[in-house]
Amino acid sequence: MRYLPLTQDDRRGMLAQIGVGSVDALFEDVPKSARRSGPIEGLPFHEGELGVERQMKALAGKNLPAGSVPFFCGAGAYRHHVPAAVDHLIQRGEFLTSYTPYQPEVSQGTLQYLFEFQTQVALLTGMEVANASMYDGSTGCGEAVMMANRVTRRSRAVLSGGLHPHYAEVTRTQARWTNFTAVDAPADVEGSEDLAALIDDQTSCVVVQNPSVFGYVKDLSALAEACHAKGALLIVVVTEVVSLGLLTPPGEMGADIVVAEGQSIGNALNFGGPYVGLFATREKYMRQMPGRLCGETLDADGRRGWVLTLSTREQHIRREKATSNICTNSGLCALAFTIHLSLLGETGFTRLAALNHATAVTLADRLAKISGVTVVNDSFFNEITLRLNKDAAQVVEELASRNILGGVPVSRLISGRPELSNLLLVAATETTTPEHIDALAAALEDIL
Amino acid sequence: MANLKFTNDHEWVRIEGDIAIVGITNYAQEQLGDVVFVELPSVGQSLTQGKDAAVVESVKAASEVYAPVDGEVTEINPLLLDQPDTVNGDPQGNGWFFKIKLTKPAQLDALMDEAAYDALIADQH
Amino acid sequence: MAMNSTGRGDTRPHADTAVGQTTTFTGNRGLQIEEALIFEQGQHGRTAVDLPEPPKVKARLGKVKPRGEIGLPGLSEPQVIRHYTRLSQKNFAIDAGFYPLGSCTMKHNPRLNEAMARLPGFSDIHPLQPISTVQGALEAIDSLANWLLTLTGMAAVAMSPGAGAHGEQCGMIAIRAALEARGDKRVRVLVPESAHGTNPATAAALGYVVDSIPATADGRVDLDALKAKLGPDVAAIMLTNPNTCGLFERDIVEIARLIHEAGALFYCDGANFNAIVGRVRPADLGIDAMHINLHKTFSTPHGGGGPGAGPVVLSEALAPYAPASAVVRGPNGFALVEHAEGSSFGRMKAFAGQMGMFTRALTYILSHGADGLLQASSDAVLNANYILASLKDVMSPAFDGPCMHEALFDDHFLKDTGVTTLDFAKAMLDEGYHPMTVYFPLVVHGAMLIEPTESEPKESLDQFIATLAYLANRAKAGDAAHFTGAPRLAPRRRLDETSAARKPVLRWRPTEVLDEAAE
Repeated sequence: MRYLPLTQDDRRGMLAQIGVGSVDALFEDVPKSARRSGPIEGLPFHEGELGVERQMKALAGKNLPAGSVPFFCGAGAYRHHVPAAVDHLIQRGEFLTSYTPYQPEVSQGTLQYLFEFQTQVALLTGMEVANASMYDGSTGCGEAVMMANRVTRRSRAVLSGGLHPHYAEVTRTQARWTNFTAVDAPADVEGSEDLAALIDDQTSCVVVQNPSVFGYVKDLSALAEACHAKGALLIVVVTEVVSLGLLTPPGEMGADIVVAEGQSIGNALNFGGPYVGLFATREKYMRQMPGRLCGETLDADGRRGWVLTLSTREQHIRREKATSNICTNSGLCALAFTIHLSLLGETGFTRLAALNHATAVTLADRLAKISGVTVVNDSFFNEITLRLNKDAAQVVEELASRNILGGVPVSRLISGRPELSNLLLVAATETTTPEHIDALAAALEDIL
Repeated sequence: MANLKFTNDHEWVRIEGDIAIVGITNYAQEQLGDVVFVELPSVGQSLTQGKDAAVVESVKAASEVYAPVDGEVTEINPLLLDQPDTVNGDPQGNGWFFKIKLTKPAQLDALMDEAAYDALIADQH
Repeated sequence: MAMNSTGRGDTRPHADTAVGQTTTFTGNRGLQIEEALIFEQGQHGRTAVDLPEPPKVKARLGKVKPRGEIGLPGLSEPQVIRHYTRLSQKNFAIDAGFYPLGSCTMKHNPRLNEAMARLPGFSDIHPLQPISTVQGALEAIDSLANWLLTLTGMAAVAMSPGAGAHGEQCGMIAIRAALEARGDKRVRVLVPESAHGTNPATAAALGYVVDSIPATADGRVDLDALKAKLGPDVAAIMLTNPNTCGLFERDIVEIARLIHEAGALFYCDGANFNAIVGRVRPADLGIDAMHINLHKTFSTPHGGGGPGAGPVVLSEALAPYAPASAVVRGPNGFALVEHAEGSSFGRMKAFAGQMGMFTRALTYILSHGADGLLQASSDAVLNANYILASLKDVMSPAFDGPCMHEALFDDHFLKDTGVTTLDFAKAMLDEGYHPMTVYFPLVVHGAMLIEPTESEPKESLDQFIATLAYLANRAKAGDAAHFTGAPRLAPRRRLDETSAARKPVLRWRPTEVLDEAAE
């Protein structure tokens, strides 16, 4: 078998060295009731690459790739163009098959790119320090709230009605089982919620997404002040990280913690994972940050190098008293992010953001002309909410039958709310062409 | 010194009237290695004998420091915030952690004197 | 003060006489290049991505102003490729050599996995596309789920957790939900002393009091101590099997019986599943929940620290509490349950799970099949025992008798040599090896945990054994300086972790800022 190097001769020799007659003798501690006589039944045997490829390709062939049709889905995952160099570099064996840099002397590659990544995240978010990544934006959101609870010694979080419903559910799940309160504001379809009114002196944090799940872009400075006046922290969530190439960053608006989904940079859609959570905060809260941190230092010869640091916050040392149980970061996805951002640079990244916004403006203007369609947003970055004169989920199915992936119905994210059932989230990126927009518009004109 | 006492958990206590100054012993800091950070209680906080009072971190370990006696925290050592290495350099002097106002002075009687503590660590070696 | 005496040594490098090496003008050493940070190489206006000029439109940014300069460096593609290529050359990796990290299962990462995960039908699909357009993805998840269920004998599987620790949390929440559903407010969780730190961290975060169970002299959970700790307030036990000492918990069926008899539930940490996959079904041992590290047992790449995936298999008792999202097979194809319904405890993560890791793991599983998986775990255990048997006289095994897939040594053999476990590990770096896991588990002094995995050829094991024997003998011969000054040949000597923790520098800052701060 191609992945198993031992030969029968090897095995015989090794068993002799160990002093047992068979490998089964090494499993004596397995209770008799759990022992089996051979491979587990009901499962196929091994296959060569050709056979495995056929099976996997058959499965892949039953899916409609986003790049093959006009595509407008967003809602927390965005289709951007990733330069060819990124995938080539991350597949280098020294990156792909290395591990957590516990022996820093032979992990300077990983540690240096993590240091660069942390710097990039701090710059993008306008914050002082960032960690080496979380699993994704949604779990990062939950962790940010728990961090705010630790910092303020309070346990009541207020969640904006513009927060991605999955993120809110993840946070509520953490609230329910790790004993804090999460208060939800109603779905903020009009972009007009007043969160300041929900802050009291038991509030640890307010979590707001910018741009919101409905697309709105807001200046959060006043909200930040309202939070701070009551001793609460402002947590800003960013699900489309490309927006940070154009908008005032949350750090300049007064955010205390910023959580972002980094998938848009360097990482494919991948049906929802693996993604990469960005997490940044102020220096004074550094020791309360969950996750891994990479820090600069010197080696015995006085040369600059990097190490994982402040590990005593983490589970393998603090155990019960850890800041989080998190162990892994999203290494390879963080690498893809940092490589893509290095390729873009200041010029490329800001231009990419501008392109996204311009494409979305074109899309919004075109769709607004269709009878049966209202563009709800007065502000957006690259995603808008449409109010349709029909059920949005049905419209999306109809569009799919015409080979158009026309966006995400709000009912997919929020169930049991018929009054939201005619709302459709539609995103545009630099990969959206005028032909795509025309196709969507024509189809909608036909359907609605 | 009659006013210097020790606990089984390697804290020292120097008594000045009704105030107790608390730190960790030289043996403790040797075991810990380079101290990188100290998390101190808040002034005004009530401490209970034997319960968590502070945390002292080295690179690879974080250890709880327990309150040797009941009391209320009156002062914490500002030096430790910027120079945690003071715990290594002068553990039983400038490396003190916090001061507490004793609420149950009788608890001091149960603590070890220096000779008894020296015997304890000699055993542990 | 709570003493942490695992024997770990200094975190500041010793002043050492400089190694006699050729110095160069550049500081480079042949293929080893001293590579600056990207921020130190950037130039204004340069980019490696050609994008068209955006059309002029009237901005719709509401009251938000466009941002000022971010401060990102500009490089061309040749520079970026060179930068990351040079960085990669400073990393040890499975592809380059033996990586015997105990408890991490550093097995070969098959390239077919990478090719299959990148098929556009898997990589270029959005998690919220209409279900009718992603039936293949749902079928792939279902297929992997079925393999995991059959291999473990369990009733249900939660596919959404994003990593092992996340899976632990999922399993423990399911347990808590099940207990609360029957009106049971139990507050204590039993965890062996030898457990991985994520276990007590997970339990404590859920509000449980963690009660430690000691081990016996032969490295297994002390059954008598366990019995003494059982009571109506015990919610669960969190047990790793094989345990973190690399030993099979031979009393596990009895432990499960006792736990269930006490009205509690059994969480199994599946980090060491590689020892028994395809050979033993954890359900037959009596467990209620187990997370599976796809990046350990099922070869998805470690990627420098992630991403991982931690699906959790569940018993009938816990199945109703599984979190969203879940793939279900219906008469007309596959559906995705995205809203936590009924008893489901909620949602762990956005979207449906780590699809990229599912496709890789499924590829691996299809490649091996039931027979290949059985052979893999058999070889993993054989390899570890071969190392144990070959080194037991020159090093000091922590426990008597055979091990499972990993061999645990302590630092007894280094007694009075002036060489610590850490020093020993650093000397291995110069010999071209990544060291084994050190100082874990905490129950053994100066622990050295060696896990070869099944993908290591015998020739490689033989060279490893010879090298460790050589190093052990050199230490015992009194040459401590060889170890305390190691490594000398790695891209960096030992690094000052103390300063890194005392004065953390977690990002680059432009020198002007640093100069200002200094003034």
